[in-house]
Amino acid sequence: MARLDLVGIEKRFGGVEVLRDVNLSIADGEFIVLVGPSGCGKSTLLRMIAGLEDISAGEFQIDGQRMNEVPPRDRDIAMVFQSYALYPHMDVARNMGFSMEIRGAEASARASRVAAAARTLGLDKLTARLPRALSGGQRQRVAMGRAIVREPRAFLFDEPLSNLDAALRVEMRLEIARLHQRLKATMVYVTHDQVEALTLADRIVVLNGGIVQQVGTPLDLYQTPANRFVAQFIGSPTMNILGVSRTDSGVRLANGAEIALPGLSGPVAELGIRPEHLDLADPATAPLTGTADVVEHLGSDTNVYVQVDGVGPLMVRQHGHVPLRAGDRLGLVLQPGQTHAFTADGRTVRA
Amino acid sequence: MAVARRNPLLTLGKYAAILFYLSFALFPLYWLLKISITPDQLIYTEGTALWPTDATLENFGKVIWQTDFLRFFWNSLIVSLAAAAITTVIAAGAGYAFSRFRFPGQKLVIALMLLTQMFPLLMIIAPIYKIVAMLGLLNSLSSLILVYTAFNIPFATFLMQSFFDGIPKDLEDAAMMDGCTRFQALRKVILPLTLPGLGATLGFIFTAAWSEVLFALMLIRSEDSMTFPVGMLTFVSKFSVDWGQMMAAGVLALIPSCLFFIFIQRYLVQGLTSGAVKG
Repeated sequence: MARLDLVGIEKRFGGVEVLRDVNLSIADGEFIVLVGPSGCGKSTLLRMIAGLEDISAGEFQIDGQRMNEVPPRDRDIAMVFQSYALYPHMDVARNMGFSMEIRGAEASARASRVAAAARTLGLDKLTARLPRALSGGQRQRVAMGRAIVREPRAFLFDEPLSNLDAALRVEMRLEIARLHQRLKATMVYVTHDQVEALTLADRIVVLNGGIVQQVGTPLDLYQTPANRFVAQFIGSPTMNILGVSRTDSGVRLANGAEIALPGLSGPVAELGIRPEHLDLADPATAPLTGTADVVEHLGSDTNVYVQVDGVGPLMVRQHGHVPLRAGDRLGLVLQPGQTHAFTADGRTVRA
Repeated sequence: MAVARRNPLLTLGKYAAILFYLSFALFPLYWLLKISITPDQLIYTEGTALWPTDATLENFGKVIWQTDFLRFFWNSLIVSLAAAAITTVIAAGAGYAFSRFRFPGQKLVIALMLLTQMFPLLMIIAPIYKIVAMLGLLNSLSSLILVYTAFNIPFATFLMQSFFDGIPKDLEDAAMMDGCTRFQALRKVILPLTLPGLGATLGFIFTAAWSEVLFALMLIRSEDSMTFPVGMLTFVSKFSVDWGQMMAAGVLALIPSCLFFIFIQRYLVQGLTSGAVKG
């Protein structure tokens, strides 16, 4: 097991800067998720940890040792690829034992490790098959098995679930969580899916445009996002953002309603409120009134898209079933203390 | 797969078309075979009859025992195998480099290789003759091996590159993560997957070299180092053409090509389809 340190990591392809000044300490046994929209550099960062991409500047260390110049095979890190990258001409057992084969391990040791890994992943009946005779989920398991057999210092996952259907994705997500609990290994996981990030991570690293936006636990990111990007990226449905003007004691919405934000100093240009932090109220007394545009009945929740008078569209999520229909008039109140204030350039303003 | 009900007439038409195409394509081969087993005295008297009234293997015997044909064969075999092997090895290396690496001058090399394919052979045959003569390689099999290899490398390289392009880069990355050096990854993972491509390239170059006549004619004068297509011309004498023996030799010349293709067929079919599916 290992501690991974990224110190001032940068990546340039020619003149194009892909990653800028990434600093991150990953503790032994920690599950880190790199998350961000496509093109944010998260996969590149993972490949730099793996040794498949050169590091343009900065230093990458494993247990305090500089790794920049160490080839992938000597870093003792296993990686699960998005495409699975199973060797098509080798059967499942040989795919999983290939790393030991290359290192010249004894055939009997190899066979027992492969068999053990196959058992934990439910692949024991498939070890003689070729990858093309497997389903997507089974291929995914083989790819994970290949990493487990290695007994590496750290595991890397590059969007491992994005080629699976929704049901299988949930199942494999659980399996990865179990794997982490069982092995207590350091894991770095790349995804663009914030649900995967929130469910799996000890800590999440949010990347955008090659810059680390925030590092924190799932709850940190949800409750105290560092900026508007993180606020909107984490949490589903997405946080509502309203344009506001500053008053002495708080902010004023476009429809004239005033919201007190005690203790807040500095300019505020926008106010964020998550759909689950808006409550329905009597239109006669509520600060915000509007018309239900679309109502989604999910059973456990009800999502309401509201055209708010003088403000614009807002999304509201209510727990349980709410008997509303499109076109209904309704009032909204903001739950106190659940708003997020941002400056014009998107930074969070805290009390 | 759902089997749609077909119009039987359409099916019949399809088979008729295939049959017509096959007989059209195979007729010259049939004619080759027919004349090779027709006794000499019947060749002109029943010249255009589809079926000879008498058959003999005499022509084959004469070609094998009384002419230099075995030597021509042997020469052709050496030249074609050597050219195919050398070309494939070089093309595989170059194709891999083009497919996996970005290096300065890459576009220039590709452009130059394409350029060499643009000229008709007749235009460059004189300079090639001069170069080979200066190297002192006239009348030697190595001159042919050299020329065939040089002329086939560009095409073979592009062919191999497309095969390498069809192999995901992730596989090499995975192999390197699993503990391989780049070379080990190439040998243990990429090479086994490239066998169809190698087979296709080998077969292609072998056939091209086997049937090449222009350079062979220009660069080889002595009977000792003639290849079989040139040797065929020895059946043409000043006053007559020995059709029977010429055709018998032709039939024999088909054998190595057929054997070679039977041998690599499995890879070739795989190779051609994998190349075709890849956009």
